[in-house]
Amino acid sequence: MKELWKGSHAMAEAAIRAGARLYCGYPITPQSEIMEYMSERMPQVGRIFIQAESELVSINTVYGGALTGNRCVTSSSGVGISLMQEGITSCFSKGLPILIINVNRTGAGMGGGGGEGGSFSGGQDDYTRETHGGGNGYYRNLVFIPDSIQEAVDMIYNAWDIAEPYRNPVVLYTEGRLAQMMEAVEMPEFKEREPLDWGVDGTSKEMKEYRAMNKEYYKYKQRIDLMRENEQQWEEYLLDDAEVVVVAVGLCSRVCRGSINKLRAQGVKIGMLRPKAVWPFPQKGFDALPKSVKKIVCVENSSGPEMLEDVIVAMRYTDHLKTVPVYSSTREGLIPTKELIPFLQGVIDGTVKEVG
Amino acid sequence: MAKEMKTPERLLRVPFCPGCGHGIFVRLMQEVIEEKGLSERYISAVGVGCSSNSIGATYGGNIVEAHHGRAPSVTRAMKALRPNCFVWTYQGDGDAYAIGMLETIHAANADAPISVFVINNNNYGMTGGQSAPTTLKGQVTTTSPYGHDGNPIDIIPQLMTYEHVGYIARGTVTSAAEIRKLKGYIRKAVDMQMNENKYSFVEILSPCPTNWHKSPIEACNWINEVVTQKFPLGEFRG
Ligand SMILES: Cc1ncc(C[n+]2csc(CCOP(=O)(O)OP(=O)(O)O)c2C)c(N)n1
Ligand code: SF4
Ligand SMILES: [Mg+2]
Repeated sequence: MKELWKGSHAMAEAAIRAGARLYCGYPITPQSEIMEYMSERMPQVGRIFIQAESELVSINTVYGGALTGNRCVTSSSGVGISLMQEGITSCFSKGLPILIINVNRTGAGMGGGGGEGGSFSGGQDDYTRETHGGGNGYYRNLVFIPDSIQEAVDMIYNAWDIAEPYRNPVVLYTEGRLAQMMEAVEMPEFKEREPLDWGVDGTSKEMKEYRAMNKEYYKYKQRIDLMRENEQQWEEYLLDDAEVVVVAVGLCSRVCRGSINKLRAQGVKIGMLRPKAVWPFPQKGFDALPKSVKKIVCVENSSGPEMLEDVIVAMRYTDHLKTVPVYSSTREGLIPTKELIPFLQGVIDGTVKEVG
Repeated sequence: MAKEMKTPERLLRVPFCPGCGHGIFVRLMQEVIEEKGLSERYISAVGVGCSSNSIGATYGGNIVEAHHGRAPSVTRAMKALRPNCFVWTYQGDGDAYAIGMLETIHAANADAPISVFVINNNNYGMTGGQSAPTTLKGQVTTTSPYGHDGNPIDIIPQLMTYEHVGYIARGTVTSAAEIRKLKGYIRKAVDMQMNENKYSFVEILSPCPTNWHKSPIEACNWINEVVTQKFPLGEFRG
């Protein structure tokens, strides 16, 4: 049965139903409601809620919890996630599949300067940090980005099942608006998983196991290569005969979908490739694009082009896309609306300049 | 009557400089853990510093590494998820009172049922003897060649303001008598966590002959004569 849920509450409930044993967080707009929800709900279901005194505490608390082999989750935004980077890269190196819910606010530094929508409506400004690692060393997190509250719920519900075999941190990356809005959601059932064999439990054998972990995944590059090969996720929308392909993620892709529908009604052969995982980036989705593609348009809800770099790299590695022109649209952290159709029309007519 | 001193089963080696206090603490802790039957039921998070040399000093056991200053957060979660284990931190003074002061204060205030052990050697030992928040005024270190400007922080008066904290003590390792007393403090800290489910704290004034440029005996004398003036020894709570 579908019920009306606020985004932040729905994401929190999904993490609980996915088996979160411990949540630790520190308040920061636009996602403090996740933490408030957790403080009420976690004790009701016999789980642990800890309020941190900084994001350093949040990340190191979930690090400790995950060392015991339990599913642990934190959430934050902007500068809060910046502060966690030391701990996140260590969760990677120690092979700890923690879940981080990252609700993007807008802008560099303290945030703000986001234009009409204010700093908290969120955008996709932290795209590069999330997908390419903000901490030290060669590492990657699995990063999923939903276009609806339902998809956020489903992604969170499956996050640990995907991340645990790799022993890798996983990020649900979304925008302030998604956390703040309400939509109808089908909430999944509670799920339990077998206790994992590697957690520290006080007996002496465990230390060796947690250090050794699965040999295959202990080698960082090998683990990253495997995830890159196996965990790409994307949606194809009206691509079969497409000449113009929009690449967009998250809430931004919903606006693109509407614009594409309108242009299709006018006979324009336009479709969308929507990455659902932004790391690993869906190279295979680009490989599968039809030969009819003449133009690629990267539409981002960020203050400047970020995903564009991944799009260009993906095209570089796809034989039939190497010389296809690419166009970029960004909107200062606001979801593009009225301007998008004229912009796409300009791309089609050749009045908008290609990137480069 | 002769008494046999047995080395704790799990103690493999003591990978510290000669005359260092860390090694004595590691051994005492293993003795207490063995005596209390906790050998298969403990987890410790070691901070960043010479305490991290102890990884590999003991056989097995669940020793995990914590980021610099974060061991109280790490153990707080571990205790919550493994409540039947004795869960403790093993930190340095730089770890606990500089970069990790936030955790030190808040884990105690939050009533987390963990035990915190801090080796106070008045400097950042592992990185080469730089000055720390515990360095005495005027003390010469590798980053205070003209004498340290700051004042040494004593955390215990602050911890004393938390009524619910179960046990607070400061010991040292400068003589057999002091080592025996310290072992008693460690026992009580363990009991406070395991029997009363309360937070316990023990600081250990510890010689760092290498960075103090003193012989082990001179280092102990300096603790007894000078350091204890600023950092008084004894049990303060419990
Ligand atoms: C975030 C971070 N900053 C700096 C360091 C470098 N570092 C390693 S050990 C250490 C000093 C530790 O001093 P203390 O906690 O007093 O322990 P001791 O070695 O004196 O026992 C520092 C600063 C680090 N590992 N991590
Ligand atoms: S540097 Fe100092 S604290 Fe570290 S092992 Fe040597 S004597 Fe001990
Ligand atoms: Mg020190």
